Amino acid sequence: MSDTAVDTDEADQDVPKVVSSRFDVADGHTLDGYTRSGSFEGYAALRRVLTMTPGAVSELVKDATLLGRGGAAFPAGVKWGFCPPGVWPRYVVVNGDESEPGTYKDRLLMERDPHQLIEGSLIAAYAIGAAQVFLYVRGEMPHAQERIAAALNEAYEANLIGKNILGTDFSVDVVLTWGAGAYIVGEETALIESLEGNRGMPRLKPPFFPAAKGLYMMPTIVNNVETLSNLPWLLNHGVAEYRSIGTEASPGTRLIALSGDVERPGVYEVPQGTTTFRELFESERYGGGIRGGHELKMFIPGGASAPWFFPEQVDLPLEGRVVGGEGSMLGSGAVVVMDDTTDAVRACLRLVRFFARESCGKCTPCREGTVWEEKILQRILDGQGRPSDLDLLLDVADNISPGPYPLAAYAEADLEAIPFPPRQTTICPLGPSSVAPITSAIRRFRHEFEDKINRKDSIPVTSAGMSNV
Amino acid sequence: MSEKPRDLEITEPVEITLNGELITAQNGELLIDACERNGSYIPRFCYHPRMSPVGMCRMCLVEVDTGRGAALQPSCMIPVSDGMSVDTESDGVAKAQDGILEFLLANHPLDCPVCDKGGECPLQDQAYAYGPGESRFVEEKRHNEKPIPISDLVFLDRERCILCDRCTRFADEVAGDPLIHFIHRGSHTEVNTFPGEPFASYFSGNTVQICPVGALTASPYRFKARPWDLEETESTCTRCSVGCRVTVESSRNEVLRLQGVDSDPVNWSWLCDKGRFGFEAGNSRNRISQPLLRSESGELSEVRWNTALDGAASAISAAVDGRGPQSVAVLGGARLTNESAYAWTKLAKGVIGTDNVDCQLGDGLPAELVLGLPGASIDEVCESGATVLYLGPDAKEELPVLYLRLRHAADSDGVKIVEVGPTLTGLSPYVAESITALPGETASVVAALLDGTSEHVQASALLRDASDLKVVIGRANLAEDETITVKAANLIRESVPGATFLPALRRGNVRGALEAGLSPGLLPGGAVLAGTVPPGWQSVPTEKGGSASEILEDAANGRVEVLILLGSDPLRDFPDRSLARRALAGAKTVISVDPFVNASAELADLVLAASMFSESAGTTTNLEGRVTTLNQKVTPPGTARDDWMIAVDLTDRLGADLGVETSAADLLHEMAEFSDAHVALRDGDPVGDGVMLDISGRDLVTPAEFEVPAANAYSLRLVLNRTMYDKGTLLAESPSSAGLAGESVVKLSAADAAPLGVDGSTQVKVTSEHGSVIVAATIDPKVPKGVAVMHHVLGDVDAGTLLVSGDPVCDVRVEVS
Amino acid sequence: MARLTPDNLLLARKIIARFPKPRSATIMLCHLAQEQDGYLSEEAMAQIAELIGATPAEVLGTASFYEMFKMHPVGKYCVNVCTNISCQLLGGEELLEHAEEVMGIRSGSTTEDGMFTLEDVECVAACTEAPAVQVNYRYFNKVSPEGFDELLEDLRSGELSRTIPPHGTLGYVRQDLDGDRIANITPPSQQVEPVWFPDGDSDEGPAK
Repeated sequence: MSDTAVDTDEADQDVPKVVSSRFDVADGHTLDGYTRSGSFEGYAALRRVLTMTPGAVSELVKDATLLGRGGAAFPAGVKWGFCPPGVWPRYVVVNGDESEPGTYKDRLLMERDPHQLIEGSLIAAYAIGAAQVFLYVRGEMPHAQERIAAALNEAYEANLIGKNILGTDFSVDVVLTWGAGAYIVGEETALIESLEGNRGMPRLKPPFFPAAKGLYMMPTIVNNVETLSNLPWLLNHGVAEYRSIGTEASPGTRLIALSGDVERPGVYEVPQGTTTFRELFESERYGGGIRGGHELKMFIPGGASAPWFFPEQVDLPLEGRVVGGEGSMLGSGAVVVMDDTTDAVRACLRLVRFFARESCGKCTPCREGTVWEEKILQRILDGQGRPSDLDLLLDVADNISPGPYPLAAYAEADLEAIPFPPRQTTICPLGPSSVAPITSAIRRFRHEFEDKINRKDSIPVTSAGMSNV
Repeated sequence: MSEKPRDLEITEPVEITLNGELITAQNGELLIDACERNGSYIPRFCYHPRMSPVGMCRMCLVEVDTGRGAALQPSCMIPVSDGMSVDTESDGVAKAQDGILEFLLANHPLDCPVCDKGGECPLQDQAYAYGPGESRFVEEKRHNEKPIPISDLVFLDRERCILCDRCTRFADEVAGDPLIHFIHRGSHTEVNTFPGEPFASYFSGNTVQICPVGALTASPYRFKARPWDLEETESTCTRCSVGCRVTVESSRNEVLRLQGVDSDPVNWSWLCDKGRFGFEAGNSRNRISQPLLRSESGELSEVRWNTALDGAASAISAAVDGRGPQSVAVLGGARLTNESAYAWTKLAKGVIGTDNVDCQLGDGLPAELVLGLPGASIDEVCESGATVLYLGPDAKEELPVLYLRLRHAADSDGVKIVEVGPTLTGLSPYVAESITALPGETASVVAALLDGTSEHVQASALLRDASDLKVVIGRANLAEDETITVKAANLIRESVPGATFLPALRRGNVRGALEAGLSPGLLPGGAVLAGTVPPGWQSVPTEKGGSASEILEDAANGRVEVLILLGSDPLRDFPDRSLARRALAGAKTVISVDPFVNASAELADLVLAASMFSESAGTTTNLEGRVTTLNQKVTPPGTARDDWMIAVDLTDRLGADLGVETSAADLLHEMAEFSDAHVALRDGDPVGDGVMLDISGRDLVTPAEFEVPAANAYSLRLVLNRTMYDKGTLLAESPSSAGLAGESVVKLSAADAAPLGVDGSTQVKVTSEHGSVIVAATIDPKVPKGVAVMHHVLGDVDAGTLLVSGDPVCDVRVEVS
Repeated sequence: MARLTPDNLLLARKIIARFPKPRSATIMLCHLAQEQDGYLSEEAMAQIAELIGATPAEVLGTASFYEMFKMHPVGKYCVNVCTNISCQLLGGEELLEHAEEVMGIRSGSTTEDGMFTLEDVECVAACTEAPAVQVNYRYFNKVSPEGFDELLEDLRSGELSRTIPPHGTLGYVRQDLDGDRIANITPPSQQVEPVWFPDGDSDEGPAK
């Protein structure tokens, strides 16, 4: 049903297909297709792993510096090592609740190569000593759900999951479950709450680091779909080959969803750190240039929560540390390009509105503040803004995600010094994430806000949806 | 907010820096508590020291530096660790807290002038203390339907709610009744019930007390007063024997509200709704304000105290002169203060000379057993890791806050409870094992558990392996004779010598009355009646008296001529209803000392108007033996007076002196001089959490001989027990709660109901050897096969007519009528 | 309608058995009830509460947190138009306006014939295919206003009824996991260290 553009140039050997090698294989989602096609033989890695000790598997993953692909880029092997010794049971939870605006990769991995994910999950379970894996898929993705269900049924039938896998004493269940529509459940502690049958409201870390106190307060490793999907290739090709892709600090590839105002939006597997945003936007292989010959106005390098970048930052490589050093994040591999026709206020409002709608309601500043921010922005967009609204907006934002303090330093530093990752008066980063588009837009395009407030650019309310919260 | 950090003994000290100064705190305690204890109160809304922290409101953000730089952290979620540095006053903290307040107020209505919470509202107080003068939020506030009833007692105003999770956490975590919950998400989040399923929790009033705004209000207090008009005093709730500490709050000589006080050994700030709202009975128009004397025409009419007391004294004198002192009997007294109980003991035993005195009404346990058992405190029973054998009534129904403590102990502190009884109880979901003992089998089931022959292998092992077994002992079934429970207790003492016991008797000061000697054969402090005359007494009875059932039997057959009902209503409370009726008819003179003309007083010749809770000062003793103070807050109506004063006046009329020089305290001190149990009271009056009596147990033996008949044609065994809301006088006189009592019912297991064709609410005829009643039958999963459950003093059907006092068990036949 | 049919009750019990604690099945059971009835009824929530050992208020508390659960009947087809940033940039908001116009309803409501419920939704992970539309959570990519009209027509005519199940049904394939197939699912308190997980520094693989 999908005709998503994916980078399927098999001939191009300089960009290995670590996770996307079966995206264009018609039966790549079946057990048969998985074992026959792609950049490695399906379930060969599992067989290999079963001849190793769990500790050796963990070491290997640690050596490879497999960074989490869900947004935080924390090394998976290190995370696995946080399980307190001697505490049982341990659980693996697969985070397939992809919903960060601009992000589109885990759905492809689940729909088109479910066995790769399952094999990766089994390897993780083996390495940490988990006898149960919960594969939590986003509720609004029935196609991914049915593809995974079918793949799990095949794998159980083939004794790749279940009791005494492949004749060893390794036994594990993989249980498919899904959500029901709540962005915040993508946050790992909220996901655990949801998996316990509760409202998906995040837990405070510390003390509730999942690796120590996760599902049912037991040690739990929550890994992103793409992270786990890297494991089969890694185990087949080895650490050296894995590390030969990308950079020293960020080896391997990433799936990047390039969307917005480019000629050729699509999901591309790119080596980490060696491609620049310019290449991504302009090369024929990827974006093919800004849409309709327009100029780049700004872009979001890593999903709705990431502060915006501007044309002067297009030559930065897609590398986590570099992007982080510039005050934003590569996040979940969601690059959204906005050209010079984009109304910065409207874009900002849309992003803020997202956070207001998706706030779980647990922490006061997020529950009340994001909605307030939305109301102020809506007022400005509607031509009802007041001159004091920008300072109010920034101060409300500051109360959700405080700027550098003491306050004197805040004043000295001006707005250029908005810290990232954000400080927060909340438990999780959702509320503070709403601040990113606000500070990004206002520090760069303050005049657009002021024009609307001064009614020089009083645009009609174009979307009924905007006022319908 | 009134909650204080829990008392803490620092066993693992760590040093932290608080606003630049080194302080000592307990390792691992919450930062918010450590700061408060050291003089830095951190504002908060969601944190409550008796519930797990959730860190939601964010008001308690402070800057914490554990070596990696200062960060804003919720102090209610951060355990103290050595070397931690905390700043609660920095600009950053102040800005964050101001911001939170502004957010909370953004959608909070400014209806403080009409809000019950106004004047004692943490949100209002903190807005004044820290908040900005005016709001920058110019948008329309959220709107919701104004207060909606979420139960018969509690109203919810969602506009005022700040979503702190206190009420919902309480319902789930403390009460175990998660009937209110967060619904919807984000800024649309609200607290609500499931449609058609109200927040019918016995503990709902606590949510009103802990609500940090005026979102939750209780019907008995709504719009009754402003906080600044209230005067308060600390006291103890006497509705049951748990003895929860409370503040009694009144305005213009009328009690308007009770709030729980955090007494660490007892109620942890919680109250049950019956206790919380029971004060309403004191304000009832049906209170009597003058003595009442039955006139020639047969009506009770008001008389002066002189007339009433003279009448009482002459009836007593005549009886004593005619048939001897034992022809005067005193029944009741378990709801009196310790002082009044002692005064009446002294009057009855030391002045009149009768030992026909019983503060219980055939629904308790013999005084010898209660005072003879080595005692266990509530804290000891609930101590982390304890093993408990529970042989009592359904605590949720009869001793509600003890239920909360036990539930918490089992749920959070690893206390293993083995429950043995004729039905499942409110506690059953939390116990290690519930073992059915059909009526008559309690003792044998316990014996098997303790000697290892029980089929319940795990429970048996648990009990047998316990190094320090705790036993909660009471009457789960009023239709099973007390001797069976006594037998079980004796068995436990024999086979587990170190076991300690918490008596689960129900009436407010039953323990205090027993300790004061209001029972046959005993003097204050459990001293056996054997000729020793306590100091200040003239004499002691020469002959041992009878228990309540014997007294009533003697009244029925005329051997007791004067029956004094001391705040008791045998016609309603004594399980064998026909005996009670015959007794009241048989006694020549019935004198009722009571705040109300209860069912028995209707038949009395003389009713002496007594004061009640919050009208008299003194002390009370809870079920574990803890003596706490009762403070007077309002004056009794008319000339109604304290029970001890009535005893003093009556003694006077009888030509003796009770020895009260100045106040009731003289009585307590006199008792403490004689009673070894009361030794802790010799040094002074109890304050706050009170003092414990010596509960190590006295050398008293209670024989237990009985024979349980084989089941006969009456195929079901009756269980008669209580529900929290019943038709007792005090509840009936409390307007908010009166309607909460259910209707008469007989509850059957599905297995027994099926052959009868009972479904839903079929009318059935329940017949025993002694009588029969027509009543609705329902199926209840808590009832085991072979048992029929009826409730005492509930509805119009009188289950008591099925019983005869002294029968070991009561078998009944149930037929569809 | 409302309580689970015998078949669904059986399925519900199987789903519960897949989780270490019954409550973990809450969301899946709500989906099952919604699949049966097209929405999540109060009776269903009360029954789910019984099945998992919770109160109905707790089930409502969980269910109402999640947008997919509809507490009232909705159209046979839920038409969800994404208006989040990537779609907004390529006309998502205009598409929503168009939808409101041609369907004659505001976002958040249902057509009189009970055929369609229209919603403006947050990112559905089809950002490269903007503007994206989901019909009962099945994707339609790069939808133009004209394409939208055709989509409605196809839905009305039944053209798509084989690929798009009525509202409430999600995947066509269920996981087959119950009974003997389950290797090791018990409450956490009954779980022990897995036999294949070596103690300490042993470098043995799992026993063959």
